[in-house]
Amino acid sequence: MAALSSYSMPTEQPAFSFQNQPQSHASGGPTQHSFYPYTDNGGSTLGISGSSFTIIAGDTRMTSGYNILTRYAPKLFRIGGEGPEHAGAKIVLSVVGFAADGQALQERLDMVVKMYRYQHGKDMSVHACAQRLSHILYNKRFFPYYVQAILGGIDEEGVGALYSYDPVGSYEREQCRAAGAAASLIMPFLDNQVNLKNQYEPDAPQGLEKPQLQPQPLDRQTVEELVRDAFTSAVERHIEVGDGLQMMVITKDGIEELYSPLKQD
Amino acid sequence: MPGFDFSNHNRNLALHAQGVPLPKATSTGTTIVGCIYDGGVVIAADTRATSGPIVADKNCEKLHYIAPQIWCAGAGTAADTEFTTALISSNLELHALSTGRKPRVVTVMTMLKQHLFRYQGHIGAYLVVAGCDPTGNHLFTVHAHGSTDKLPYVTMGSGSLAAMSVFETQWKRDMNRDEAVKLCAEAIQAGIFNDLGSGSNVDVCVITPEKTHLLRNYITPNVREKKMRDYKFKRGTTAVLNEKIITKEEISKYVVVEDVPGEQAVGEKMEVDQ
Repeated sequence: MAALSSYSMPTEQPAFSFQNQPQSHASGGPTQHSFYPYTDNGGSTLGISGSSFTIIAGDTRMTSGYNILTRYAPKLFRIGGEGPEHAGAKIVLSVVGFAADGQALQERLDMVVKMYRYQHGKDMSVHACAQRLSHILYNKRFFPYYVQAILGGIDEEGVGALYSYDPVGSYEREQCRAAGAAASLIMPFLDNQVNLKNQYEPDAPQGLEKPQLQPQPLDRQTVEELVRDAFTSAVERHIEVGDGLQMMVITKDGIEELYSPLKQD
Repeated sequence: MPGFDFSNHNRNLALHAQGVPLPKATSTGTTIVGCIYDGGVVIAADTRATSGPIVADKNCEKLHYIAPQIWCAGAGTAADTEFTTALISSNLELHALSTGRKPRVVTVMTMLKQHLFRYQGHIGAYLVVAGCDPTGNHLFTVHAHGSTDKLPYVTMGSGSLAAMSVFETQWKRDMNRDEAVKLCAEAIQAGIFNDLGSGSNVDVCVITPEKTHLLRNYITPNVREKKMRDYKFKRGTTAVLNEKIITKEEISKYVVVEDVPGEQAVGEKMEVDQ
């Protein structure tokens, strides 16, 4: 009797690349065929820089619509290292949005950074790498890489460096940044806990003169705890975030990778 | 006047034509299942309610009361499942009173499909109806457009495919109560873990000709872990530009002030972490 499938999918969100299916010929008018090459693969990333380190993190779930494509698809990539293990890399790129474009972008930046070393006989600085990434993105201004990228490393002074990008190459160096599906959930938390926004000196008298709390450089353990809490909270309230948390800690000695499980529902 | 109020229809059409989007309804992008066994019928549901990609409620109830021995699991638009089941439950009570007989599951199914068909699918209620009556144990699905099915095991909602894959591999004839409950709970968990629209806990309802058991949060496989840091703010952290204190004496000029001691004051405590 009820032959039609019944499940109720919200249709307002982008999901499938073949969403714009050919219209029926019943109307008699010309039929327009279209191909939409982008898919939103969900997930979220986040980066925080400290005085001697940068931490970049991302969940490992990849989605399409209401489906989980895989529970382990890393969004974090070592850039410019040698061999399949990317040995000696000092820069991390995180990409969230359309996973295929993220992969393509990572491969391209990795190649560029390697070519730089072969041609100049020295490692590319994060500063230079950041600007090059911006150019790679803007080069495709009218057919963009559908990604929000965050680039992390250690700058020439040994201080943690973090750069965030929009899909067409606008970029900025920041202390912290959340990107992806749960960015709107995580970023306000970071504003409050990292930059101490909306927090005032508790002991000062009330009034317009009450001084704001000044952000202090955070130590590594605090940042790792904030990242973990940010993701466990995002998992609670965003359906596209979950399964695993991948974290990369970049120090002057190299990149340390940490993985911990997240809820799978 | 009974029924829905359409007085804003033309205005909303005009607004929509100008590009104003429709308000987003809470959808219970759901997994719901049902299964008949030799002594009764079981229905089960997950407890996640979503609004787009955001989880609106982590522990909502999708099993609705129709009559003491007839219950309903709802998927689709939350408000529609809630109000449709409440309306049919109410009318069924009057019907039972006027006939002086126990209500039948087919009656509920018929009332639901006639109501939903009238609204041509605009009432987005997708339901699994189950119950026991003098004619036996019954299980139905009712779709928003008004079509119905009568089957020994059913699934609905966005997690219906995941749940049905469990039924299709594990279902067998003549199960006992425990087997049926276990199978339904497993089907819901397939939805919880493989469908993004479903999540959190498993609710189960077991109906027999004698008694109904609602097993709220029968399985809780998604308890939140403890947060790593403490986010308690020191008193005085929030800036206050001005303050005005209204005493109990002042406010009692306008309303009746009553002191209710302790936690009695709150009917149901709000769920918070930790």
